[in-house]
Amino acid sequence: MEYTFLQQYWWFIVSLLGGLLVFLMFVQGANTMIFSVGRTELGRTMVVNSTGRKWEFTFTALVTFGGAFFASFPLFYSTSFGGAYWLWVLILVSFVFQAVSYEFQTRPGNILGRNTFRIFLVANGYLGPFLVGAAVASFFTGSDFIVDKGAIGDGISPVISRWGNPWHGLDALANVWNIILGLAVVFLSKILGSLYMLNNIDDGEISSRIRKGLLPLAVAFLVFFLAFLGHVLTGQGYAVASDGTVSVEPFKYWHNLVEMPAVLAIFLVGVLAVLYGIIKTIACGRYRRGIWWTGAGAVLAVLSIFLIAGYNGTAYYPSTSDLQSSLTISNSCSSFFTLKTMMYVSFIIPFVLAYIAYAWWSMDRKPVTREEMSVTEDKY
Amino acid sequence: MTEAALVDWSRAQFALTACYHWLFVPLTLGLAVIMAVMESVYVARKDEFWKRAAKFWQKIFGINFAVGIATGIILEFEFGTNWSNYSWFVGDIFGAPLAIEGILAFFMEATFVAVMFFGWDKVGRRFHLASTWLTGIGASISALWILVANGWMQHPVGMEFNPDTVRHEMVDFWAVVTNPVAVTKFFHSVLSGWMTGAVFVIGVSCWYLLRKREVRFARASIRVASIVGIVGTLAVMFTGDGSAIHVARYQPMKLAAAEGLEDGGTRAPFSIVPGLEIPGMLSILATHDIDGFVPGINDLLDGYTAPDGTAGLSAEEKKERGDIALQAFRSYRENMETDPDAAAEAKKILEENAEYFGYGYIGDRAELVPPVGMVYWPFRLMVGLGCFLLLLMVVVLWLEYRGRIEKYGWLHWTAIFSIPLVYIAGQCGWIVAEVGRQPWAIQDLLPVSAAVSSLSVGSVITTFCIFVAVFTLFLAIEIRIMLKAIRKGPMADEVQTESGN
Repeated sequence: MEYTFLQQYWWFIVSLLGGLLVFLMFVQGANTMIFSVGRTELGRTMVVNSTGRKWEFTFTALVTFGGAFFASFPLFYSTSFGGAYWLWVLILVSFVFQAVSYEFQTRPGNILGRNTFRIFLVANGYLGPFLVGAAVASFFTGSDFIVDKGAIGDGISPVISRWGNPWHGLDALANVWNIILGLAVVFLSKILGSLYMLNNIDDGEISSRIRKGLLPLAVAFLVFFLAFLGHVLTGQGYAVASDGTVSVEPFKYWHNLVEMPAVLAIFLVGVLAVLYGIIKTIACGRYRRGIWWTGAGAVLAVLSIFLIAGYNGTAYYPSTSDLQSSLTISNSCSSFFTLKTMMYVSFIIPFVLAYIAYAWWSMDRKPVTREEMSVTEDKY
Repeated sequence: MTEAALVDWSRAQFALTACYHWLFVPLTLGLAVIMAVMESVYVARKDEFWKRAAKFWQKIFGINFAVGIATGIILEFEFGTNWSNYSWFVGDIFGAPLAIEGILAFFMEATFVAVMFFGWDKVGRRFHLASTWLTGIGASISALWILVANGWMQHPVGMEFNPDTVRHEMVDFWAVVTNPVAVTKFFHSVLSGWMTGAVFVIGVSCWYLLRKREVRFARASIRVASIVGIVGTLAVMFTGDGSAIHVARYQPMKLAAAEGLEDGGTRAPFSIVPGLEIPGMLSILATHDIDGFVPGINDLLDGYTAPDGTAGLSAEEKKERGDIALQAFRSYRENMETDPDAAAEAKKILEENAEYFGYGYIGDRAELVPPVGMVYWPFRLMVGLGCFLLLLMVVVLWLEYRGRIEKYGWLHWTAIFSIPLVYIAGQCGWIVAEVGRQPWAIQDLLPVSAAVSSLSVGSVITTFCIFVAVFTLFLAIEIRIMLKAIRKGPMADEVQTESGN
C-alpha cells in the first residue's frame, strides 16, 4: 500500500465528511425559518421538533469532521485552528448556543425565555453555514500564515505555525469571495432545510409557505454559487510540483476538473441532483422527496469541490504570505502507520451509516403533524 | 519569546472548559446506567411505574446532556485553537483517538439519544430499550477514547520522534490503546460518573422523601442508584489504587507533589493532613511494598539512587540532556540536505536523548515542580469525599432494604448536601491529574510553554471571558430547569410548555 494512496484516501474521507456536514446543515437552514414558516406557536413547535430530532447528527458530523482532520492532516488542524482563531471560535460559539437551545427553549425556568433560545437557533442557522462556507472558501482563496517545522528546535519561541496578521481569522471575512461562498452555503442550507421540512412535516400551511419561498432561495443560491465557481475555475490556483514546491498556476482548478474526469462526473451528477430535487419540488405541488435528491447532490458536489482543492497536485490550504508554507495532502498528513491504522478504523463507517439510516427510517415513518405535537409528551 | 501570560491564560481557558465539561459528563455517564436499568425493569415487568421512573431520569439526563455536548466540542477544538504546536507535534498519535471517538461513539450517542427521547411511541419496546443502553454505551466509548488520549499525555507510549517531520509518530497503535494509564483512567473516570449519577439520584430522591412525595419512586430510585453507586465507588477505589502505582512509576513528581513529600525514602509515610501521617503507608500505596522507595520533590530535583540501585537523574542532568537533544535536532535540520554524515551523527545523538527532549525548554528547575498545594489538597478532598460517599450509599441502601429509609430526616438532608460533594470530588480528581502533570503538556516531551499557539494574550483573555460567561449562563439555566423539573416530580403530567414568553 502506498503512502500517496493513503493520503488520497483520507482526503476523500475528510471531503465526504465535509459533504455530509453541508447536507446535514439542513438543520441550520430550517432553523432560519422558525419564525417565517411557523407563524403560530404550534407551527414553530413543529419546525423546532422536526429539526430537533436531527441536530445531533449535524453536530456530530462537525465534530467528526474536525477529529478526522486532526487524525489525518494534523498540520491543517494546528495551522488553521490556531491561526484563524476567531473564525473557528465564532463557529464554535454559534453551534454551542444551538446545542443547548433545543432542550432549554420550552423548559420552565429557562431564564431567557422561549423566544431567546429560538433566536439563538436562527442565529446559528445563518452564522453556522456562513462561517463554515467562508472557512472552506479559504481553501481556494488562501490565508495569511507561515509554517516552519524547524522552529520547534528554538528553545525560546518554538512556534511552528504563525498567522501573518493580528486578525487571526477575521481577515477571511474581508475577502469578498469567502463571503460569496459563505452566502451560497447559507442559501443551500435554507433550500435543504425547506426540502427537509416538506418531507418531515405533514402540514398544509407550512408546506405552502415553504414552497412559495423555494424559488427565490434557489435563485439566490445559484447566483452566489455560480459566481464563486466561475471565480475559482477561471482564476489562479496553487499547484504542487513533485518535489513539493508550490507555485501559482492560472486556471489550476479548471485543469483539475478536466484532468480528473471522475471528479468532474461526481461534480456534474451532484449539481444536477441538487437542481433536480429543487425543480421537481417546485414543479410538482405534492412532491416531498426533493430532500433526498438535493441532499445527495449536495454531498456529491461538496465532495468534488474538496477533491478539486486537494487532489491532482494542489495545495488545499494555500498561504498567501509564503507560498512554500502552503499545506498539501502530503506535507500536512499523518504518518503512513497512522493513516493505515485509521483506514482500518474507517471501515466501520458503512456500519455507522447503516444504523443511522435504520434509526432515521424507524423514527421518520410518520411525519411531524399538528396532532402529534398536541398529544405527545416526547417533544422539545 | 512565548509570553508567560499567554501560557497561563491558555491553560486557564482549557482548564475552565475541562472543569465545566466534567460537571456535565459524569452525570451523563451515571444517569445513563440508572435509567437504563429502570427501563430494563419496565420491559421485563411491563409495569408503567418503571417507565415513568425511567422517563423522569431521562428528562433530567436530556437537560444535562446538551450542555455536556456544548462544552465538549469546545474542548476538542481547543487542542487546535490554543495548543497548535501540540497538535502538530503529537497529532499523529493524539488525533487518532479523537477521530475514532467521533466515528465510533458520537454517532452512536447522536443516533440513539434521539430514539430514546422521541421514540417511545415510534419504535418497539425492545428497540427503545436497546437505544437507551446504546446511548450510555456510546457515552462510555466516547470516554474511553478521550481517556486513551489523556492517558497518552500522562504516559506517552507507542511512538518515535521523527526529526524530518518534526513530530512524534505512532508506531504501535495497540500500545497506545492498552496503555495501562489509559485503561486505569478509563475505569476510574467512567465509574466515578456512576458515583456522581448515584449520589445525584439518591439526593433528589431523598428530597422527595423529606417532602413525603413520590415515595415509591424515590425508594425505587434509591435502591437502583445505591447499587450502581456502590459498585462504581468500589471500582473507583480499586482503580485509584492502580492509578497510584502508575503515577509513582511514570510521574513521580506528581506523586511527590500530591503527598507534599519533600524528601522521600523507603517506608515513606502517607500524609493525611499536614502533621498527621501513617508511617510506611505511602510506600505501600505507591509500590505495594512497605519497604518501597518513594522519591520526594528534592530527590527528583537533586537526583537519587534507590536502595535497589535504581538511579534518578537530577533536574540539571535532565535539562542538560534536553539541551543536547534540542541542539542535535537543530544540527540535524541544518545538515539534513547538505551533509548526510553530520545529519546522521546528529540524529544518533538526538535519539539517545529523545526521552529528555522536553527538558530543553525548561528554564529554571523550579518549573519542574507543580504547585504542591493545588495537588495535595484536592487529592485529600477527593479521597475523603469518596470514602464518605461510599459510607453514605451503604447506609442508605441498608436502611432502604430494612424499610426504614423514610424515617431519618438528617440522612435525607445529608444525601441532598452530598450532591455538590460528589461534584467536588470529581473536579478534584481532574485537578490532581492535570495540575500534577505540570509543567508538561506531554510528560517529559513537551512543556505547556512549547505547546501553546501563537496568539495575543488579549485574544485568549477575551475568549476566556466569553467562555466563562457562556458556560456559567448555561450552568445557571440547567440548574434552574432541573430544580423546576424535580419540583414538578416524575408522576406529574409531563406535557409542559412554558407560558408567558
